[in-house]
Amino acid sequence: MKQITDFRIVERLQLGEHYFMLKVQHPDTMQPIQPGQFVEVEVKDSREVMLRRPISIHDVDAMANTMSLLIQIVGNGTRKLAELKVGDKLNIIYPLGNGFSVEGKRPLLVGGGAGTAPLLHLAKCYNEKGVRPVILLGGRTADLIPVKEPFAQYGELLIATDDGSMGEKGMVTQHSRFADDYDHIATCGPTPMMKAVARHAKEKGIACEVSLENMMACGIGACLCCVQDTQEGHKCVCKDGPVFDPLTLNNWM
Amino acid sequence: MLETKIHNLTLKNPVMTASGTFGYGEEFADFIDLNRLGGIVVKGTTGERRQGNAYPRMAETPSGMLNAVGLQNVGVDTFCEKVYDRIKDLDTNVIVNVSGSSIEEYCTVAEKINALENIPAIELNISCPNVKKGGMGFGTNPDMAAQVVSEVRKVYDKTLIVKLTPNVTSVVDIAKAVEQAGADSVSLINTMLGMAIDVERQRPYLSTITGGLSGPCVKPVAVRMVWQVAHAVQIPVIGLGGITCAADALEFLMAGAKAVEVGTANFMDPTVTIKIIEGLEDYCKRHKINDINEIIGII
Repeated sequence: MKQITDFRIVERLQLGEHYFMLKVQHPDTMQPIQPGQFVEVEVKDSREVMLRRPISIHDVDAMANTMSLLIQIVGNGTRKLAELKVGDKLNIIYPLGNGFSVEGKRPLLVGGGAGTAPLLHLAKCYNEKGVRPVILLGGRTADLIPVKEPFAQYGELLIATDDGSMGEKGMVTQHSRFADDYDHIATCGPTPMMKAVARHAKEKGIACEVSLENMMACGIGACLCCVQDTQEGHKCVCKDGPVFDPLTLNNWM
Repeated sequence: MLETKIHNLTLKNPVMTASGTFGYGEEFADFIDLNRLGGIVVKGTTGERRQGNAYPRMAETPSGMLNAVGLQNVGVDTFCEKVYDRIKDLDTNVIVNVSGSSIEEYCTVAEKINALENIPAIELNISCPNVKKGGMGFGTNPDMAAQVVSEVRKVYDKTLIVKLTPNVTSVVDIAKAVEQAGADSVSLINTMLGMAIDVERQRPYLSTITGGLSGPCVKPVAVRMVWQVAHAVQIPVIGLGGITCAADALEFLMAGAKAVEVGTANFMDPTVTIKIIEGLEDYCKRHKINDINEIIGII
C-alpha cells in the first residue's frame, strides 16, 4: 500500500560534486519495497519548485525501517534537497511503481551514472534468492559513477569509464564481459545506454528490463504526464513502470 | 455545517476534485477516504479512446505547471463497461467530465453517461486548451457555447455543469450564454493557455509548444472570474484554479462559489482535499459559522 509519511533524515553523505545520499528513517514500520520502486519527495521552501521530485530507492534496511535515496543534483529541486541535514524531516510518498522482477540465475545488472541507484537494492534481492549477479557500472569518468564499492559485496563488480579513469576504458557495451552468457539483464541509466543494452539482449534472446525516468508530476498515475509510447498505447512510467520490458516500447530498439 | 447544494446535488462539503488531476479516484484510495469528499470529477471522457498528445506533456513553472495531456482517456464505452462498476458505489457525487471535438460527440457521451444511475451530474468540458479540434473552440464563443449546451441539454436530464475557459475576453458573456442554453451550473476556471521555453536547448518544453497553466499562480485570476460570474448568473458557480488550502477554498466561496474543485494540489499532496475539508470545519468553528452557506458570496 502506498503511503505518505514524514521520514527523518538519519544520514547524509556527499558523493563528489554531483551526487549525495540521504538515509531516511520511517517513524514506525516501513512498507515493503521492491527493487526498482521509487519515491516522490516534497521540496520545501522553494520559490521555483512546487511539484515533488521522483527519486530512486537505492537501498533498503527493513529491520532499521530505513531507505537510502541516491540523488543527482540536476536542477532547482534537487539543489534544494541537497541543503537537507541530518535530523530534518522529509515528506515522502512511497513505494511507487513496479520494480524489477529479480528473475534469472546468471543476471547482469547494467547501471550508468545516476542510474546505478536502484541496482544496489536489486543486487541485494538477488542475493536473497541465492544469486550473485554480475554488476557492470559505467560513466564518463569514475567520479560520475556515484556508488561503486558497496556493490562488490552483492556480486561481481565491473566498471567501464569513457576516459579509462577506472575499470576498462569505453562504454559499458564495449566491456569485455558485457557479452558473456547471461540469462537476464536489468538496466538503468541514460536512454542511449539502455537502448544499446536492450538491443544486445534482443539479439541474444536474453530477457531484459529497463527502468525509465520520464518527467513526472503526481507519481501515482493520476496526471498522465509521464507517458511512454508502448505497444499498448501510452503508459504511465510512474504507475505502469518505471521498469518495462523494452520489447514492448515503441521506437525504442 | 459544510453541506452545500449544486442544483439537485447535495454535497456533504464543498470540496470536490478537478477533472484530470484525480484519475478515477482510485489512484488516491490508498491515501484518503474518498467518501469524505463532496464530489469527484473524473477524467475527461470522450466518444472514443484517446491517446492524448506526445511526451513531453508537462513543464513546471513558478508556482504552477503547464500540461498538454490532450484528453488521454479510455473512451465512454470502456468507462461505462469497466470503470463505472469500480466507482459507482462510492458515497460521494461521482461526476463525469464530458469532452469532445464535435456537438455530436458531446451528445453521444452525455447520453451514455445519462444512463448510468449513480452518476448524478456531468461537467461539460468546452474549455480544454490541449486538443486541436473543438474543446476550447466551443468555450470561447458565446453562440457556439450555447449551441453545444442546448444540444446536450436535449439528451441529458440530470445536473449539467459547464466548465468554462479563462482564455476569453469576457467570461461573463460565455457564462450567461450557457445559463440561457440550459446549464444547471458553471465551473471555472479551466487552465490558462501558456508556454515555456527551455533556453539551453532552445525549444519549447511541451511537445505541443503551448499548454494549460494551473496551480497557485492562476488563483487570483480564477477568484476574480468566479466573482464576476457569480454576480452575473443565477445558477450555482463552482470555483477552481490553484486551490491548495482551506483559505484558498474560502476565497472562492466568499467570491460566490457554492463549491470548489481542487486540482493541481493533488499532485503536491494526495491528502490535500481532506486537509481542506478539515480546514473549513476549523474555520467555521473559529468564526462561529453554523452553515458554510452563510459566507458564500459575501464579497
